[in-house]
Amino acid sequence: MIGIGDSAPGFSLPDTDGVDHSPAEGGITAVVFTCNHCPYALAWHDRIAATARDYPDVRFLAVNPNDAKRYPRDSYEAMQRRVAEEDWPMPYLRDESQEVARAYGAQTTPDIFVIDAEGRLRYRGAPDSDHRDPAQNASWLREALDSLQAGEAPGRPETKPVGCSVKWK
Amino acid sequence: MSEAPAVELLWWEGCPSHPDALAELERILGEEGLPADVERVEIESDEHAARERFPGSPTIRIGGRDIVPPGDGEPFTLTCRVYRLRDGRISPTPDPEDVRAAVRRAKEEL
Repeated sequence: MIGIGDSAPGFSLPDTDGVDHSPAEGGITAVVFTCNHCPYALAWHDRIAATARDYPDVRFLAVNPNDAKRYPRDSYEAMQRRVAEEDWPMPYLRDESQEVARAYGAQTTPDIFVIDAEGRLRYRGAPDSDHRDPAQNASWLREALDSLQAGEAPGRPETKPVGCSVKWK
Repeated sequence: MSEAPAVELLWWEGCPSHPDALAELERILGEEGLPADVERVEIESDEHAARERFPGSPTIRIGGRDIVPPGDGEPFTLTCRVYRLRDGRISPTPDPEDVRAAVRRAKEEL
């Protein structure tokens, strides 16, 4: 588990086309632990996707770590179907071993980790304060990205992640 | 007049939505004047979920009927339930108007 200011663990995970992705070297990355079956992840998805579109210089990586045996809606095949049916602005990666989720200390879906250009964790938590209110527009995540792009530390580096627990094997 | 129907909130600790669902349910029961205590039933295993025919947390039953009946083939397991609000948005809790409609149906049957 990592804290604010720690070096973020590197990783390489396959997307729904089998192409591997890693955090950006020398750029900002938002690692978004998410899934298919959780209503919190689904409620926040459009806001996170809109943020990914609005920040093209930030590498967004959505990562599904859930145990697909007990939660078949989170299987690799179900992830592929979802990406085929929806307009995703970021790759959707499968963390089959759950090693990446464990290394980051992901607790819920969603749970967001923003890494700066030096590879250090600068924001961790929820997209915004209320999954029920689309007008919140992932404001906490956007604030963190704005700060980092301005060369400053986010004023709100950590918030409580809210969502369904990660489904560990 | 008959006795008030049993009102149950079935929940699982892996999903944080049950306090919100309980608060909403109790508020609506009060507003609608249905004198019922909410029985909280914690679901603790997949076997328990299967026995209770629990499609996810939270599930609200009034008089034994799910206020938002799950679809055919919905598995009974430890999971968070996905609800659709009346405006189409996805939510971890049922639309308050669906809760209100179920409470009013129960009242009419007293």
